[in-house]
Amino acid sequence: MVYLTRKAEFSASHLYHNPALTPEENRRLFGKCNNPHGHGHNYTLEVTVKGEVDPRSGFVVDLKQLKEVMHREVLDAMDHRFLNKEVPEFCDQIPTTENIAIAIWQRLATKLDRAKLHRVRVYETPDLFVDFYGEP
Amino acid sequence: MKAHLSRRYLFSASHRLHSEAMSQEENQSTYGKCNNPYGHGHNYVIEVTVSGQVNPQTGMVCNLTDLDSFIEREVLARFDHENLNTLAEFAKQVPTTENLCIQIYEIMQRGFHHAHLERVRLEETMMNSFEYRG
Repeated sequence: MVYLTRKAEFSASHLYHNPALTPEENRRLFGKCNNPHGHGHNYTLEVTVKGEVDPRSGFVVDLKQLKEVMHREVLDAMDHRFLNKEVPEFCDQIPTTENIAIAIWQRLATKLDRAKLHRVRVYETPDLFVDFYGEP
Repeated sequence: MKAHLSRRYLFSASHRLHSEAMSQEENQSTYGKCNNPYGHGHNYVIEVTVSGQVNPQTGMVCNLTDLDSFIEREVLARFDHENLNTLAEFAKQVPTTENLCIQIYEIMQRGFHHAHLERVRLEETMMNSFEYRG
């Protein structure tokens, strides 16, 4: 089994707000991230796939195909977007780094040809990142 | 859904690697420059990973402010800008980055209950890092 990781970057804005809570609770829970006008980050995405090396090509996965899928499913949808308003998953979910990692996993998991998705890592800043392994 | 959240923190401290159980020659040959009697310092980076179910109300594994305030109070306040050899934690232990990594893991294991502790990774320099998972 070999693991292959591909990186990508995207920039997006978001805010943390749960409509089920009062404005005071939202502010207490989410602090500055509750600013109604949103704020932004440069996100770094790391997608790790795993599989056996194909004896003919020597590849775990066709990197070109992985790159295309990441572009189509993730970057086209999230890069330079206001996540709360423009990405369907975040109409009813808060776009925390945890939920972004899960949403990206769900967008990619069924779209890969040969390799199996192993991990989605999303850096919100260089000092904060979330890993999702598809665990329930 | 279970996710892993990792956060990095920076602190600076000095230490000297010297074991009372060894002769002067043995200390010298084991620790080399790190045995210099006046000590030396590093910019350490702690990378803490915690895991848990993503809370549907908040979208979080744990609130970052709880993690940050715990690390600030229990780890950074204790080790930042200190000479590690002078601390009670290292009265009977050589302050190698292995031992420091275990100490930080145990501080978190004892006191941080907002999420499950997965691991503590400690970078001593850009070239060296150590990881402890209990």
